[in-house]
Amino acid sequence: MNLDELYQEVILDHYKRPRGAGLREPYEGESHQVNPTCGDEITLRVHVADGKVADVSYDNVGCSISKASASVMYELINGTTVDDALAKLAEFTELMNSKGQSEGDEESLEDAVAFAGVSKYPMRVKCALLGWKAFQDALVRAEASIPGRTDA
Amino acid sequence: MEAASKLDVEAIRADFPILQRRIGDKPLTYLDSAATSQKPVQVVEAMRHFTDHSNANISRSVHTLGSEATEAYEGARAKVAAFIGAPSPDEVVFTKNSTESINLMAYAFQNAAFDPAADPRFKLGPGDEVVVTEMEHHANLIPWQQLCQRTGATLKWIGITDAGRLDLDTVDEVITERCKVISFVHVANLLGTVNPTSQITRRAREVGALVGLDASQSVPHLPVDVTELGVDFIAFTGHKMLGPTGIGVLWAKADLLAAMPPFLTGGSMIKTVTMEHTTFADAPAKFEAGTPPIAEAVGLAAAVDYLDKLGMANVRSHEKELAGYMLDRLETVDGLEIIGPRVPIGRSATVSFTFEGVHPHDVGQILDAEGIAVRVGHHCAKPTCARFGVNATTRASGYLYNTHEEIDRLVEALGQVRKVFG
Repeated sequence: MNLDELYQEVILDHYKRPRGAGLREPYEGESHQVNPTCGDEITLRVHVADGKVADVSYDNVGCSISKASASVMYELINGTTVDDALAKLAEFTELMNSKGQSEGDEESLEDAVAFAGVSKYPMRVKCALLGWKAFQDALVRAEASIPGRTDA
Repeated sequence: MEAASKLDVEAIRADFPILQRRIGDKPLTYLDSAATSQKPVQVVEAMRHFTDHSNANISRSVHTLGSEATEAYEGARAKVAAFIGAPSPDEVVFTKNSTESINLMAYAFQNAAFDPAADPRFKLGPGDEVVVTEMEHHANLIPWQQLCQRTGATLKWIGITDAGRLDLDTVDEVITERCKVISFVHVANLLGTVNPTSQITRRAREVGALVGLDASQSVPHLPVDVTELGVDFIAFTGHKMLGPTGIGVLWAKADLLAAMPPFLTGGSMIKTVTMEHTTFADAPAKFEAGTPPIAEAVGLAAAVDYLDKLGMANVRSHEKELAGYMLDRLETVDGLEIIGPRVPIGRSATVSFTFEGVHPHDVGQILDAEGIAVRVGHHCAKPTCARFGVNATTRASGYLYNTHEEIDRLVEALGQVRKVFG
């Protein structure tokens, strides 16, 4: 097994220096996700304003893959439009389900392409998706709480 | 180095083809026997021979194969009974695994709640108490927790000391006259603690409670004699003791089995059936509804033969020595903290640890790259993790086929983990 492929520098860097970590106000949606097989946990909040992801804040415990993934996600979607964030979510999920067959589009996914190697390890894919799952859930909750947005 | 071992480990390893496997270009170092043990050729061969020569359903056919299969299945029951010092083979119930065995016990109480004529020992309600410990595998916690929620009884538990032992000072306080049943772990799957039983069984007798053991991690590793232990029931599983998956055991005293309502109902567990009413077969058949794991019973019997031949006292002594070596070597690793007893006394060769700054998932991944199989996570013992303030641990668990050299490989690979994570 090629460990360097899994533990790329960029992943270790995000793990050691997570971006955007910590829970912040205000927020409209919050989600708590756990990975029952290993006990990894994340609490994530989404603040939506003017169709944009105005803030994503989170508190998590877990392995390097799950923590780095949350940090990379923050960089990728914080400040973007909700639609763009959902597109990134779909793209990253697809990359994680590629079983090592995709390299990912660096134009669009930036640092997140470093997780392409993770997709070869089925036991770790859940780790990489934990934060994204929390984001998806928190966003649904946020949109449900905003009057006039019943289409969510 | 391994002079203290009473086992010929080289010869034993030759019986386990999987131990010759390579993971990538590295030899497999299997240190996950607490999750499931590997199986010797003798077990696989016994199952194959049975399937090729005698396969048939049991207890229903008059043909030759049917009677051979019945004989093999009942022979396995007798072998298991002798292995654990049970007075009678009829006290051995075959189940799917330890989890089912414990549920079978818990459901005896729950089903008794609906039966006015039920044996008072199984009557449970508000004011009654059930006792477990804080170091249970979820399999010996959740069935009792659910039972208490459904009957209104109270679940209590014996805590864990900082050293990873049961807090036996509290036994008299936790187990009161209100207690109806105590079910506790014999050898803890996360901490590796071998629990002394006499104080708890004595207290159980004093208060008139039933007492049983989750013996999943003890029957495979040390001599277990149910008569000597003085307990009412024990649960264990085949796949952790060199046998196949899909078969577990509940041993309980004959008079208890006779008084217990059945758990699963259906074929093979009846005396007479009309459209309105059923009378049940005697134990153990009463608790073995449906076609049981027949080939698996044959495999389990072969596993018992294998262990008997080595001698469980010798297995225990090998593992005691191995546990000492694991603890000594792991203590030399910088940033490594052992969760559980740090001395090889009253301890199995299962060692959980945390590694400063590195999550167990990452430890396990890098060890795997070195061909080393360990378990990472909460080990189905979340309350134990919480007690020690951790979310997860890395757990290395040894068995009769493990060597010092493999422990050395583990320790060396932990250095590799440090390199990757700095």
